[in-house]
Amino acid sequence: MKAITANRLTDGRVIYRTAQAGWSTDFNAAQPLGEAEAETVLALAVREFGIAVGPYLIELGEHAPAGQKWRREGIRIDGPSSGTTHLIELLRTERAA
Amino acid sequence: MYRYDEYDATLVRERIGEFRDQIERRLDGRLSEDEFKPLRLMNGVYLQLHAYMLRVAIPYGTLNSAQVRTLAHIARKYDRGYGHFTTRTNIQFNWPALTDVPAILEALANVEMHAIQTSGNCIRNTTADPYSGAAADEIEDGRPWGEIIRQWSSLHPEFTFLPRKFKVAVNGAAEDRAGLRVHDIGLQIVRNEAGQTGFEVWVGGGQGRTPRLAVRTRNFLAPHDLLSYLTAVLRVYNQHGRRDNMYKARIKILVEALGPEAFIAEVEEEFEAIRESELQLPDAEIARIRSFFGTPSIDNPAPLPEAGEPGFRHWLKRNRRAHKVAGLSSAVISLKPIGGTPGDATAEQLDIIADLTEQYGLDEIRVTPEQNLVLPHVRNEDLHALWLALKTCGLATPNAGLATDIVSCPGMDYCSLATARSIPIAQAISERLQADGLSEAAGNVTIKVDGCINACGHHHVANIGVLGLDKRGEEYYQITLGGAFGKDAAIGGIVGKGLAGKDVPAAIARILETYLQTRRGSERFIDTLRRTGADAFKEAIYVAQ
Repeated sequence: MKAITANRLTDGRVIYRTAQAGWSTDFNAAQPLGEAEAETVLALAVREFGIAVGPYLIELGEHAPAGQKWRREGIRIDGPSSGTTHLIELLRTERAA
Repeated sequence: MYRYDEYDATLVRERIGEFRDQIERRLDGRLSEDEFKPLRLMNGVYLQLHAYMLRVAIPYGTLNSAQVRTLAHIARKYDRGYGHFTTRTNIQFNWPALTDVPAILEALANVEMHAIQTSGNCIRNTTADPYSGAAADEIEDGRPWGEIIRQWSSLHPEFTFLPRKFKVAVNGAAEDRAGLRVHDIGLQIVRNEAGQTGFEVWVGGGQGRTPRLAVRTRNFLAPHDLLSYLTAVLRVYNQHGRRDNMYKARIKILVEALGPEAFIAEVEEEFEAIRESELQLPDAEIARIRSFFGTPSIDNPAPLPEAGEPGFRHWLKRNRRAHKVAGLSSAVISLKPIGGTPGDATAEQLDIIADLTEQYGLDEIRVTPEQNLVLPHVRNEDLHALWLALKTCGLATPNAGLATDIVSCPGMDYCSLATARSIPIAQAISERLQADGLSEAAGNVTIKVDGCINACGHHHVANIGVLGLDKRGEEYYQITLGGAFGKDAAIGGIVGKGLAGKDVPAAIARILETYLQTRRGSERFIDTLRRTGADAFKEAIYVAQ
């Protein structure tokens, strides 16, 4: 299976194509697509204007990205795996708890 | 420091207005992404994995306290609370919204900063020795020449669409701390037999997938001929550089393809044709630009503090550098806490750094190619108070130049070009070497980590380089040995097959242990390596494989 991802035009955030032909920042809302359907929906998404920048297909496994780019796409879902952003997010989570 | 005149200020403000209009047209659909991309890149805006990234120019790596405070403000208001200093002595913000970019650029312009030409196939921000105007081994301050090049190259109509990006560095000291031989053009200030200063010129260096060391094209170039000569080099490159293949488009490929002698002959022919033109720098203009820079003088110079806590003594030993003026020192602010992210500074740290720059640094601070900061002019009697203040915010790590002073690109955690992560590898190496006591024991050694072959983290010129690659969806890391950045510049050689990320810290620890066992006397790591050859370390790397 495949899904369509892109970056949001206004702020660059990672977004996924939904079954309602919209976009969501939630990976779980991504529409799973078969091979042939994926190309058709991608062509539509590329022609749309105003929300998504650079839509492309990713491979889907069970509940997670798959294929050669699984790690890259996983980092796009979860955010940086390390570094200051990661640290700041951890501190915020700890403070909230 | 240089201060903007009316021309600079107008140029920057007009550019913000132009880019604001371009952003509006992108958002309302009048510009497609294909049309907008080259426009945003020319204003420093990239689109990375998670968000836009804004790269802000720091000309020749020099900032004042007001500028550092503005960077803190941008980090806090428009980003996620921090900024990332790069090996090209710029700063990157990883999370700005496109809609906020005009406001960010306005804030930068208020303190005479911008993001122009921090990307794109143009002449990028000129870098310099971070100890310019302070170094005890300095021949002449390189910053005025960096400023002259900045003014000449900003929005230069002939050189805005080069075959590929173009990087210039200036070094005015005996030791090369700007990495001249891995730049498209490297300018070394030298003194001739008559006692006049001028430039030794190096052309065609670079890293990336085809690392090359620059060749010397001129032994001595008179200062007033600088812009004529740079123009001649760029014209030859602009005419002959390849535009059909981006991997062969840098000037290093052209120099190699033509051969250094033919390349130099073409440059000399063009240079002679334009030498006596309006490009010749008037003495008065050189003097005017120089007047913005200088070396401070102080009354009643104090000696270095002799007493103090062991931690302070250790920090002085590792992070203080000799200054050309008696009573002053340069102090390295390490952005390499053990296990931290190389080059990152939080908004809170930047605010404190701004205060310290004002209080103890004569209002001047520099960014280094090693992703650290330097207060170039600190009174010796202020060093202890400075150290105490740095300690309160995690900025007093005494490791400048040591193995835990690791350089790293952002890697796959942020960068859309990366093939592997680099930050977690750098963090794990740092923690391992510190835990084993190897950082201090091994002395001066450079370790640099890259997440792809583009080599923003300079792994090619590290004594120990780490290059992250992708093999069928799995990260693996090649180790290179023998690279060097300065006067003895060298490209490191790949030692053998790649390692899993989890094995890299232990492999590097074993490399350093091997060095400690085989070094002679006070021999540096790189000297031992050159004496014994890389094979002597190969077994240490692969012992557990």
